[in-house]
Amino acid sequence: MKFKSMLVASSLLVAVIAVGGVARAQDTIKVGVLHSLSGTMAISETTLKDTILMMVDEQNKKGGLLGKKLEAVVVDPASNWPLFAEKAHELLEKDKVAVVFGCWTSVSRKSVLPVFEKDDGLLFYPVQYEGEESSRNVIYTGAAPNQQAIPAVDYLMNEVGVKRWVLEGTDYVYPRTTNKILEAYLLAKGVKSSNISINYTPFGFSDWQARVAFIKKFGSEGLKTAVVSTINGDANVPFYKELANEKISAEDIPVVAFSVGEEELSGLDARPLVGHLAAWNYFESINTPANRDFINEWHAYIKNPKRTTNDPMEAHYIGFNLWVKAVQKAGTTNVDKVIAALPGLETPNLTGGIAKVLPNHHITKPVYIGEVRADGQFSVVWKTKGEVPGDAWSKYLPEDKTIVADWVTLNCGNYNTATKKCSGQNYK
Amino acid sequence: MRKFLLRIYPWVIAVLVSVGGQGLVYSLPSSDAQFLAKLGELRDATYADKEKIIEELGASGHPNVRAVLRAMLEDRLYFRNNDQNIFLVKSAAQGDSTSLDLIDPLTLKGAGSASIDNLTEIGINNHLRRVCETTLARFGLSNPDASVRLDAVKEIEKSLDETNVALLREQQAVETSSRVRKQIAIGLALAALNDQSDSKTLRAAIATLRGNLDPAVRIKLEGLLEKSPDGSYLESDAEVRADAAAAIKSIDHWRTFFSSIETLVFGLSEGSVLVLIAIGLAITFGVMGVINMAHGELMMLGAYTTYVVQVAMPLHIGSSVLVAIPAAFIVSGLTGILIERTVIRVLYGRPLETLLATFGISLILQQLVRSIFTALNRSVETPAWMSGTLQVNDALSMTYVRLYVLIFSLVVFAMLVLVLKFTRTGLEIRAVAQNRAMARAMGVRSEWVDAMTFGLGSGIAGVAGVALSQLTNVGPNLGQAYIIDSFLVVVFGGVGNIWGSLVGGMCMGIVDELLEPYSGAVLAKIIVLVALILFIQRRPQGLFPPTGRAAESQ
Repeated sequence: MKFKSMLVASSLLVAVIAVGGVARAQDTIKVGVLHSLSGTMAISETTLKDTILMMVDEQNKKGGLLGKKLEAVVVDPASNWPLFAEKAHELLEKDKVAVVFGCWTSVSRKSVLPVFEKDDGLLFYPVQYEGEESSRNVIYTGAAPNQQAIPAVDYLMNEVGVKRWVLEGTDYVYPRTTNKILEAYLLAKGVKSSNISINYTPFGFSDWQARVAFIKKFGSEGLKTAVVSTINGDANVPFYKELANEKISAEDIPVVAFSVGEEELSGLDARPLVGHLAAWNYFESINTPANRDFINEWHAYIKNPKRTTNDPMEAHYIGFNLWVKAVQKAGTTNVDKVIAALPGLETPNLTGGIAKVLPNHHITKPVYIGEVRADGQFSVVWKTKGEVPGDAWSKYLPEDKTIVADWVTLNCGNYNTATKKCSGQNYK
Repeated sequence: MRKFLLRIYPWVIAVLVSVGGQGLVYSLPSSDAQFLAKLGELRDATYADKEKIIEELGASGHPNVRAVLRAMLEDRLYFRNNDQNIFLVKSAAQGDSTSLDLIDPLTLKGAGSASIDNLTEIGINNHLRRVCETTLARFGLSNPDASVRLDAVKEIEKSLDETNVALLREQQAVETSSRVRKQIAIGLALAALNDQSDSKTLRAAIATLRGNLDPAVRIKLEGLLEKSPDGSYLESDAEVRADAAAAIKSIDHWRTFFSSIETLVFGLSEGSVLVLIAIGLAITFGVMGVINMAHGELMMLGAYTTYVVQVAMPLHIGSSVLVAIPAAFIVSGLTGILIERTVIRVLYGRPLETLLATFGISLILQQLVRSIFTALNRSVETPAWMSGTLQVNDALSMTYVRLYVLIFSLVVFAMLVLVLKFTRTGLEIRAVAQNRAMARAMGVRSEWVDAMTFGLGSGIAGVAGVALSQLTNVGPNLGQAYIIDSFLVVVFGGVGNIWGSLVGGMCMGIVDELLEPYSGAVLAKIIVLVALILFIQRRPQGLFPPTGRAAESQ
């Protein structure tokens, strides 16, 4: 009996290897996945790796692409920014992948950018970011500032009547650039500079008492105050804990966060945070058939019905579908032809509406404002009328006003309409 | 005749009352029906409609309005999809709940349960929460508990419109508690500053508000000093203006005073965390001369112990933290003794190798925790008795968590001093630290003392972890975030001197808090670090250098 079962097992093993060999022998299309699976960013990025693996699985069940199977190549850049560039190089040169889905932090994106441009790769970047960039080789499926930060500030200003602003951020490129844009926007809207307070704290900061006490004082001087938080990573937990302890309720001083979603709240007691806000292009709680299917599919794939979905996951969902459509349209996985095929392509969002690739390599996205519920989900309290097209360069920064990105007619990501000069791939 | 009337009078009243009561009983169903109908309107109302409905509910005076509004505030108001009936639920839906226990809105008694798919929540936003709270506060005015009335008055004073001012006036007439009367007087004085009152009322109001540190008061007083565009004062009476100016001056005076106290308290609180994480190290590094890079991970173990204890006793969150303190001490202490017996023992006298070996141990411990608890941060709940703020006055407050950590670190420090001073182990530890050879000659088992010392230091690290679990993230990287700070404190305070760690930690905390408002948190850290390096250059022995034989032997 024992011998028999061993025989069955080993023959099964042989069969699996043989099938694997056949599959490999058959020409496959390789899809690169460049997300940190260890280190500080692993918490967020592992989910995105699983999302792409699920999408690849799904596509293969539908019969693959151009008659070939898709094969995911997963590498681990380990939250180490220079390693991102090395791993990107490895994916493009050694594995010869057709496309890469990856990166989370802006610093990792900046690190791989020269590699993708030199080796002519194609990267789908799924996270909301600070903008001020457009590369021929990157499709930005996350929100630009005008698709998240600006609408959130508009909501607070017009619907909540906020007159005083605290811009609280972690000290790195995304919060600094976003706050620069927001400050310019608020000043343009007539907010006095004495009513704007900007502060930066290091990654992983936990001693929030003085800062929160300041916010409480700043907010109780007669003008309705809101906090716009670009605090990233686990510094959020002690920040919200301190807010809860100081009894700063969302009715008094609402905090709108750009980096806190379902995944981040799942590690936190959300009850003291009820009513605080987040701005995203996707919320798990939005009840559409497509979203319900996606959540069910995700739970089945990850074998855990409690796992949440979030905004960057939807961005990968959109990005993957766009790439599949572009390959089908071009009839090849050749990067240049796929890049040429991408602008103008459309695919439905999970929450309704259409995501369309724009000539500046950003996409159209709906913007939602959600209030935290006690169960760690968000209820949508406001949304934009339709989809908002993403701006590569902010209209509100004086030095970037005249700059446009257009890879269809101008073939340039940094074109100055005043001097009529293209700075080519020279990103800032 | 008159006598007869007198005799019959109570009866007449009784009959009248009973008729009236009957009338009431009969009218109840219709008011119940109205109440239910109003509730029903909530089903598909927009947020603007809901505000109107809430106000109408508040005005209807139905006895269950309070329960319904409270439920709405706590996300416990639902309607059942199949029959569209409104229900309250016992407790708000958790992430994993599939069905909820229903409560009938009329009887407020249990009404079975329903699956969560069959229920739709009646949503609420921030603005509606405020509306609900103000409406509820009006009910709170009639509560027998004075502190509830005080909160209600404070809530009402957040929006001083005509109805609310009238409410406060009514309450003032019947209020018995002096605290609440005082708060009402402040609210009415603020309201008096609002509208065009005559000089006498204004001056009386200013006199009431004098010395009140509520920021709203200062803003209102400033309003009296405003000038119109043509340069003339909006408030024509110079005496009123002088009063207001004097009141503002005294308020500013007190606020400056309290804000400097606040900085000091915040500094001490930050310093107390530094002291707590450093004194364990002061023992192992200072007394034994072992550079233990795994010290941070021993704190992390303490924090995870808190988490495990909390998961093990979910019904007693309040006491779980207290249980966690000895548990963390034992877990980290035993781990420390294990590390000492297996690794450090063979490396005495070789600081570089000890450093590398303990660094390796720290990585092993981190990965161990990642394997057991995953890389995700664990959430440790703050017990109810530790959450909230100690509000000294309107200008000075401190969260209870910080206050307890401050007290806790002082208690731990005092206990450590007592152990070192008055127990035999303490005596032996000091003896070995001063002169190992001589201590051995006197019959002290120095190996055993080494293990005990390391265990004590590690145990204190574990206890520090319990405190940190209340302040920051419990994750595998917890230790790394604090290890540098703790070494800084020990070196600054003077190696081998736990009093030095106390003074050093508190100083660093206060300096950090003083700098932060001007330089920002990032620069403040850098300045402290640079200042420390310069200090060590001038005074390599730290604040409190070791004296006597210990110093000679080094």
